[in-house]
Amino acid sequence: MNVLGIETSCDETAAAVVAEGRLVRSSVVSSQIDLHARFGGVVPEIAGRAHVELLMPAVAEAMARAGIERPDAVAVTYGPGLVGSLLVGLSAAKGLAMAWRVPFVGVNHLEGHLFAPVIEEPGLPWPLVVLLVSGGHTLLVEAAAPGRYRLLGQTIDDAAGEAFDKVARYLGLGYPGGPAIDRVAREGDASAFSFPRAMLGEGYDFSFSGLKTSVVRTVERHPSASTPDVAAAFQEAVVDVLLTKAARAVRAVGAKGLCLGGGVAANSLLRRRAPEAVDVPTYLPSMAMCTDNAAMVAAAGTFRLAHDGPSPLSLAADPNLFLDFSEDFSEPEA
Amino acid sequence: MAWSFSVHTPSAAATRELAARLAGAARRGDVIVLQGSLGAGKTTFAQGFARGLGVQGPVTSPTFTLVRQYPCALGQLVHVDVYRLDHLAEVADLGLADLVEDGVVLVEWGDVARPALGPVTWTVSIARSEAGDDHRVVTVSGGEETRRGEVAAALDAGTGGT
Repeated sequence: MNVLGIETSCDETAAAVVAEGRLVRSSVVSSQIDLHARFGGVVPEIAGRAHVELLMPAVAEAMARAGIERPDAVAVTYGPGLVGSLLVGLSAAKGLAMAWRVPFVGVNHLEGHLFAPVIEEPGLPWPLVVLLVSGGHTLLVEAAAPGRYRLLGQTIDDAAGEAFDKVARYLGLGYPGGPAIDRVAREGDASAFSFPRAMLGEGYDFSFSGLKTSVVRTVERHPSASTPDVAAAFQEAVVDVLLTKAARAVRAVGAKGLCLGGGVAANSLLRRRAPEAVDVPTYLPSMAMCTDNAAMVAAAGTFRLAHDGPSPLSLAADPNLFLDFSEDFSEPEA
Repeated sequence: MAWSFSVHTPSAAATRELAARLAGAARRGDVIVLQGSLGAGKTTFAQGFARGLGVQGPVTSPTFTLVRQYPCALGQLVHVDVYRLDHLAEVADLGLADLVEDGVVLVEWGDVARPALGPVTWTVSIARSEAGDDHRVVTVSGGEETRRGEVAAALDAGTGGT
């Protein structure tokens, strides 16, 4: 069964064809990253106009590369995200499904990220702890099985990726901030400064807003501080908090593996430290699967179709959609 | 007459509490611009403001999603962050004029977006204070017919009003 996936929830316009829920036949991402760089971290045409122009070419390309003329179903992200952007993908997916007379299924973007490791690691052991870290999200999730999730913790203010971007911009390192800090930090001494690890000992929630403030204050107090040192110490603090909590979660729920996901999962320090932080296997998706893409949407859509059946064509975009954590799990010890 | 009040808050908790009190004076249809440099405490203020409107659950940064909406006592709290936007046309694309009908709009980094926002009820500026790391000076300003008296009462209702 070939499922066409469509993703337009944020900056990326993406389309992909996935067979049997995990074989990626094609995955097209019309990355707008070069446009971002032009404006120094600023998003042009954010509210959907770019998605309107890019979506149908992306869909045509994904179908052509997969060598099919009609998929067996159409899956699309319906939230969370920016409503204007979501509507472009959602409306197109409904129209395509009607024209092709195939089922239509709405996918939660966050569940899509949880399916990225399923695509790349067919033999994943369950239960898993998933650390999902991007510009818009920082979540620690227990996945008992595909489709069965429990939220362990999340950011109470800024997402980890947002902290990377804002600190990079403040330090004059350009955009995107994650790779910029990663690169510069290699030349720096992470022990030159000790930035706060907010809420390190408390539960599974995260807070990165104060860390950003602390970086600003440190640079003001030490105007001659080396930028690589500040970047390295900042990165060290973020990775330390993420992995300390992830490792604690793995122990508490008896997880058989730790998965990373989201754009921050591309960070080289995080990838190097993750296997050292836990004594279970770690699953680090490829760059293409870490960041927003439509293959993960198609994979999650295939699962949802089998599990819940098609979505109604009246399905509305939900900018604040959250994962369904209604499954009953026993409480982990913090 | 334009007016402004400045309040010194000695901690993040005090900044949140001040924001919650100001929220008590907000009405449906209000547009509030929040300004201050990186790390000044705009998110902290927004969290307190949301609590004051009865928003449940975490209030997280809208930088990447640009807009987050929360059900609240006045309909929807529409929390907007235009940090990533550089052009007024992009701000206009967010359709804030439509969103304001649903409740209260709080715009971070809104000083640059002002021409695209329509009438602004209050401007809240947050600055770090020499008094200490977590100390802030919060200045609320407005123009004619923007309920000066109610804001004064709300800000003076706790400690630290000046």
